[in-house]
Amino acid sequence: MKVVIASGKGGTGKTFFSVNLARALDRELLLLDCDVEEPNVALFTKGELIKEREATLLIPQVDLNICDGCRVCADVCEFNAIAVIGGEPLIFEDLCHGCGACALYCPQKAISEIPYRVGVVKHYKAGKISLIEGRLDVGKALAVPVIREVKRDAQAQRDTLTLLDSPPGTSCPVVWSLTGCDAAVLVAEGTPFGMHDLKLAVETVKEVGLPFGVVINRDGLGDERIADYCRSQGIPVLGRIPNDREIARLYAQGEIVVDHLEKYRTLFREIWENIENTLGERYGSAK
Amino acid sequence: MKVAFTAGGETLESPFDNRFGRAEKFIIYDTDSDTFEVLDNTQNLQAVQGAGVQSAQHIVDSGVKELVTGNLGPKAAQVIFAAGIAVYHANAETVAEALAMYKSKAIKPLKGATVEEHWV
Repeated sequence: MKVVIASGKGGTGKTFFSVNLARALDRELLLLDCDVEEPNVALFTKGELIKEREATLLIPQVDLNICDGCRVCADVCEFNAIAVIGGEPLIFEDLCHGCGACALYCPQKAISEIPYRVGVVKHYKAGKISLIEGRLDVGKALAVPVIREVKRDAQAQRDTLTLLDSPPGTSCPVVWSLTGCDAAVLVAEGTPFGMHDLKLAVETVKEVGLPFGVVINRDGLGDERIADYCRSQGIPVLGRIPNDREIARLYAQGEIVVDHLEKYRTLFREIWENIENTLGERYGSAK
Repeated sequence: MKVAFTAGGETLESPFDNRFGRAEKFIIYDTDSDTFEVLDNTQNLQAVQGAGVQSAQHIVDSGVKELVTGNLGPKAAQVIFAAGIAVYHANAETVAEALAMYKSKAIKPLKGATVEEHWV
């Protein structure tokens, strides 16, 4: 089973939830840090770096001896990444999404595709947790290719229970994180901004077509608006994590809370049971 | 000779647009005949990304030799300079005002981009 932990708003506790759930389950599992613009799961799980590789995107390279300056490449580029000046294509690699349309449509077959580094993929082992982290290079704009490489590496262990820490928001990197998962857990907080962004996240998850539920984090902070909304929409509330100063203190020190407070180990296990019972069986994929 | 001005409308009284890549219109002025035509750039105004690159392509394709604008980003500059177009920076309220500056040679050609990417 692959469960993605997402949210609309940033800072609601996706990484906190992912890391603590992974540790509380106390079994061999795969944890994917897909928040490649600011990956921070490894700060908590620590562990040993097993291997590291480059994450690349295929960008066009034009053979000017063959190119006749016809401009088909620029015309088919959906991302405005090619200009043709004086019969010679100028490629703007920062704008390229690596779709390959230019190479496919080039009538002269003058375009080949070459790898262009956008980040790294790191594999860690921390006890029973196997962590695969994507890290976008500073100054690069495209998170999706790095997320894609993380998921590609995860294929080797596709039968292992997988938890996926998604980036915030509702844009392409989130959609790429959600796609291919069996269920989604949306971490939310009972504030006006938290409510607003949860609704956007719900729409996104519905569009991707995943069964999902909500975990209310920092419960007691703000009000009951999240629970009221979930009830009115028929969305299961999978659990509530209290707004506890002790959690904040441990988390701020880079600690995994369930390692220190037994009551939260119990709570995370209960929430996992809810996830399996509520979201897993619908697809018969709970293991 | 034809020179392009970044504009917010279709007349010389239109606002002069400080932005190059996301200018709504280009007013193409012919200094030989003292007439002008309007080149629409709305498709690039709406572009998700790469507005500078494609606006520059648009300008190059129009056949102008010179460009008068407010600011030019690095990617647009790369395209414009590759095509050998001279770029002048003007700080003007209207296209007519920028045209007067251009004609009186009160403005100097740029050597490169004036702003970083995604400048607003």
